[in-house]
Amino acid sequence: MSRQSNRTTDNKKMNSELFTLTYGALVTQLCKDYENDEEVNKQLDKMGYNIGVRLIEDFLARSSVGRCQDFRETADVIAKVAFKMYLGITPSVTNWSPAGDEFSLILENNPLVDFVELPDNHSTLIYSNLLCGVLRGALEMVQMAVDVRFAQDTLRGDNVTEIRMKFIKRIEENLPAGDE
Amino acid sequence: MADGVLFEFLHMEMVSHVFKDQQSTNGEMNNKDRAVCTSVLEGMGFRVGQGLIERFTRDSPSFKDELDIMKFICKDFWTQVFRRQVDNLRTNHQGTYVLQDNKFVLLTQLSSGKQYLDDAPKYLAYSCGVIRGALSSLGLDSVVTAEVSLMPSCNFQVT
Repeated sequence: MSRQSNRTTDNKKMNSELFTLTYGALVTQLCKDYENDEEVNKQLDKMGYNIGVRLIEDFLARSSVGRCQDFRETADVIAKVAFKMYLGITPSVTNWSPAGDEFSLILENNPLVDFVELPDNHSTLIYSNLLCGVLRGALEMVQMAVDVRFAQDTLRGDNVTEIRMKFIKRIEENLPAGDE
Repeated sequence: MADGVLFEFLHMEMVSHVFKDQQSTNGEMNNKDRAVCTSVLEGMGFRVGQGLIERFTRDSPSFKDELDIMKFICKDFWTQVFRRQVDNLRTNHQGTYVLQDNKFVLLTQLSSGKQYLDDAPKYLAYSCGVIRGALSSLGLDSVVTAEVSLMPSCNFQVT
């Protein structure tokens, strides 16, 4: 392998490692600051929300995706465009509810948890909870109120990571976004 | 592969969170609080910097001397982490180096000029930690501080 190509793969690796390591340092710090996992989960969700409401603008600017016609289209855009753009992975969209208002994103591998292991005293920590906040915040900015939660987590022993997203309601345009 | 933008957003939110957290417990932010926040961010950066170097230079040959290490930081390391190269490296050949980045990636979104100059240090603490951590993993103990007089250009001083 020539030095040149070694550098190129390291390019992408380093960049994603910076994000992964930073996220790890953040979770570690939050665990230090807050007494229990529940509180850390809440903080991660809140921070994710704050990131999501800004990330959506970046996403819309760079992806030139138009308005989604329905929740199914939204799901596809999230999985095939957004996740690909920001995390380099394409989760699969499955487990649609009969009413078509709830689905699952299955992540074979979650880049946030590379090299991460949960210690025994943090078994209720939802390590990647930032993602839930990001999705919730981003969709709120496009007038969709959703509930996002982790149904399965590889860090807690499951085979895959599963994020469950449920459509709650359409947000009227003239209501101000939640203040957090 | 995570997009660089994600890191920028995460970093912004981290800074905001650390400072808000400190403020809520004390009501008002004084210099001591600011110092606590800065050192929290710097500490986080330190561990990350160490980790990055451990993985990045696992297969590389070791460095000839201090200047070689600094050049690596300015070119390869900076490119990977801050997505460009350091514009200027100065040294007094007695262990002090100044790295100048004229378009520091974490400042470009804040302002170009003098606006928000007072807030800039908040957004540099983490990066100082990353650099210090990287140097530590490369065998150099240092103190890294940052100075901004005109955004988004900033000088990192390594001693």
